[in-house]
Amino acid sequence: MRMPAPDAAVLQRRSEILRALQKIVPGEGVIVSEAERRAYESDGLSAYRGLPLAVVLPSNLEQVRAVLRYCREVGVKVVPRGAGTSLSGGALPLSDGILLGMSKFNRILEIDLANRCVVAEPGVTNLAITAAVEAKGFYYAPDPSSQIACTIGGNVAENSGGVHCLKYGVTTNNLLGIEMVLMDGEVVRLGGKHLDAGGYDLLGVMTGSEGLLGIVTEVTVRILPKPETARALLIGFPEIAAAGAAVAAIIAEGIVPGGMEMMDRPATKAAEDFVHAGYPLDVEALLIVELDGVAAEVDHLLGVVETIAREKGATTIKKSRDDAERLLFWSGRKAAFPAVGRISPDYYCMDGTIPRGRLAQVLTRIGELSKRHGLAVVNVFHAGDGNLHPLILYDANKEGEIERAEAFGADILRLCVEVGGVLTGEHGVGVEKRDLMGAMFDDNDLAHQERLKCAFDPDGLLNPGKMFPELHRCAELGRLHVHAGKLPHPDLPRF
Amino acid sequence: MVVFAPANLAELGDAVGEALAAGEPLELVAGGTKRGLGRPLQLPRTLDLSRLCGIRSYEPSELVLTAGAATPLAEIDAALAEHSQMLAFEPPDWGALYGLSPEKAARATIGGALAANLSGPRRLKAGAARDHFLGFRAVSGRGESFKAGGKVVKNVTGYDLPKLMAGSYGTLAALEEVTVKVLPRPERETTVLLLGLEPENARRPLEHALASTLEVSGAAYLPAAAAAALSAPRGLPASALLLRLEGPKPALAARRERLRKELAAGCESSVLDDADSAALWRAVGNAAPLCGLSSSALWRVSAAPSRGVALAAAIGRSLDMRWYLDWAGGLLWLAVLGAPEDGGAAAIRAALHGEGGRESGHATLIRGSLALRHAVAPFEPQPEALAALSRRVKESFDPARILNPGRMFEEG
Ligand SMILES: Cc1cc2nc3c(=O)[nH]c(=O)nc-3n(C[C@H](O)[C@H](O)[C@H](O)COP(=O)(O)OP(=O)(O)OC[C@H]3O[C@@H](n4cnc5c(N)ncnc54)[C@H](O)[C@@H]3O)c2cc1C
Repeated sequence: MRMPAPDAAVLQRRSEILRALQKIVPGEGVIVSEAERRAYESDGLSAYRGLPLAVVLPSNLEQVRAVLRYCREVGVKVVPRGAGTSLSGGALPLSDGILLGMSKFNRILEIDLANRCVVAEPGVTNLAITAAVEAKGFYYAPDPSSQIACTIGGNVAENSGGVHCLKYGVTTNNLLGIEMVLMDGEVVRLGGKHLDAGGYDLLGVMTGSEGLLGIVTEVTVRILPKPETARALLIGFPEIAAAGAAVAAIIAEGIVPGGMEMMDRPATKAAEDFVHAGYPLDVEALLIVELDGVAAEVDHLLGVVETIAREKGATTIKKSRDDAERLLFWSGRKAAFPAVGRISPDYYCMDGTIPRGRLAQVLTRIGELSKRHGLAVVNVFHAGDGNLHPLILYDANKEGEIERAEAFGADILRLCVEVGGVLTGEHGVGVEKRDLMGAMFDDNDLAHQERLKCAFDPDGLLNPGKMFPELHRCAELGRLHVHAGKLPHPDLPRF
Repeated sequence: MVVFAPANLAELGDAVGEALAAGEPLELVAGGTKRGLGRPLQLPRTLDLSRLCGIRSYEPSELVLTAGAATPLAEIDAALAEHSQMLAFEPPDWGALYGLSPEKAARATIGGALAANLSGPRRLKAGAARDHFLGFRAVSGRGESFKAGGKVVKNVTGYDLPKLMAGSYGTLAALEEVTVKVLPRPERETTVLLLGLEPENARRPLEHALASTLEVSGAAYLPAAAAAALSAPRGLPASALLLRLEGPKPALAARRERLRKELAAGCESSVLDDADSAALWRAVGNAAPLCGLSSSALWRVSAAPSRGVALAAAIGRSLDMRWYLDWAGGLLWLAVLGAPEDGGAAAIRAALHGEGGRESGHATLIRGSLALRHAVAPFEPQPEALAALSRRVKESFDPARILNPGRMFEEG
């Protein structure tokens, strides 16, 4: 992976820089030894690794401010990190930059039930937020499969989703406010317990900005009352296309399920072998549809979905009778990644989104690509919102397989864009899809995004080398090209 | 004044490019229904976007619609209704608020609703306009066309620029095409009205309703004066706390009865169904209870929901006003009666931010005389670090300040 050329001057001054950082974050807050830095060498995209200059673990706002101010002064790059579960290499360290770990920001600051929100430090895990309010009948809706580990700050940076996001939205739709620190040490508060921005929606911009714009130091999220009931249907289809048609029909019927997930045959088998969820093994597509809400309504909709499934040719239909059975239905889906990890030494998880109607066509093409690249693939799919997770199976110990897996993955993502979709639905661009951005955006599109980064981080010190295929200087991007007086369309209507 | 009316992306680029070359700023206008909002502009050029219209693609089963940015909301609503779908953020119609004729009000466009990030009562459940804004094509103040976002409902590729465009009032880019998420229209709706509650007794039931599992999709409180001023579906004889439920018919009546049982003990209650309920919530979103007071300054204040009632009381101590709450207390609408010189700005903002200025929220002057909109900041003034960041963001899209300069904030 091509990363920004390390700054020789910074590398040379390493010990001086470390001393300065140790003054700001005393004690064990600066990790220097190679052995300890190793623990941070990659995130969830473990194919890419690198040792940071140092790992810095601040424990309060003033330390974050001072670290950033210092780094800006001496031109040291900063890579933020939450729990390091990013699947796109967002937290991949740089050899001439510090890794700013937010793990010590691990307190829930306020539970405000009257306003249905929780204020937390960014290092609190996603699940800990739900755990903190569960007893009161509330939960935090976005539920990435990594929720026991990933942090709410990481969720903000990646705009993470979960299986319930079709109905309840992804992080951005559930985030009320943040406090953040800019590279110059300035603290900015966006939003709060109220709704909407009073000026530009910079909260919306920060969400999904992959650690390139600022360091999130506090998060306010909205919590929801836990639905009274949730019931799931497990539906098997003899063909992918039939499952796709059922999904379209459910939505056309006006139903927005709490979750709607699909697995293909190999994914179903891997999951069943792993957790014994009672999945049928003789189907090409397995659909899990969860309906939640008021009991009377859920029971009614369950019947509607069942009818649709039958009409579309479902061969097996099971309805969860109690919560234990519902969770059992989900257990296979939720464990799909580790299940695949059992059948292959390594797997590479893709994350494109496609218009749902193109599902059958896209899976057929993925099947062809699988043959061409000589690597097997299993498909897990957020069917409700068209977010596809093909898992490419490979063996990193076999010569050339990583490269083939990457080439296969890139082909899949280009295919997603070609059919009207996008490169990433929830995992982010990071380093992984950086060089594919050109498949979706032209130079002008990218320049407008890069200039926005300049407004936050004019020296390009925050997480450089991620998201954008090329690094440009802000001065160069900012230049205004005025084509004086020449009008290519002199007939432009004026009144 | 010169008016440019481009018919496509290339012409839009030319119109902005030429303005840039001439150094003459543009006022962006599509339906022209919200010119009364924000700081008044007096610019040498007008960019009439109204020809950038028409639905370009709509696939009901994908829950996605793409249209020219100046497509009238009415046209979009009609197309969606054919498939029992809707824009779930309930864009309000503020025509009456600005004293526009129904024909003029009907010119409101999808691009305008997004650029102003306008959402109605369902905001508290379904999100704001920005939450439904998936992608766009636009020309920035650099005269360059660019796109961002996508045409699918789930996407994190690159910065979420649709969010940035939402609520930017045409100060960053001229939208040419927009893609929005659409949702199924609920089969039925019903509203429970709790009548005669004094303001100080309104907070508890609002909180209770939102904490319940009944999925309330509208929660408003109208004190007696505002309730009486409602004309659609009819004026109400007493203060009213309104709670809306939506969904499939089989369960709706049961949900409604549970809501009444849980909340209506000890007070008079009634129910409005379907068309009547819809008319009621349109009135709430459109600020109908305040529209009649045409010469008064009108404010829309967003604060933590639990503060709504107390905030109204605090402001009421220094201003004579008519008010009501939407968004379960999180949105305070108020019309300032009498004519304080600053339209009530200082009193409202002081109460909003509380002692020491610690409370979050923002107050927007939605309607005011030209003089007032010159004299006070219609948009909430920001702390310096945030204001500076916002200025840099503006500069990055529009370095020569030719797109609606000064509409949101004073610009040097
Ligand atoms: C098994 C598994 C399952 C997963 N399932 C899902 C899923 O269902 N849905 C989904 O959306 N994702 C999923 N992910 C991806 C990942 O968990 C999410 O992207 C998550 O939000 C990352 O959080 P983190 O705390 O680990 O962040 P990290 O990986 O540490 O960092 C992610 C990015 O955020 C930045 N960052 C972190 N903290 C901050 C901060 N405080 N301020 C500024 N920037 C910061 C980093 O620089 C980096 O760019 C999965 C990952 C794994 C390994």
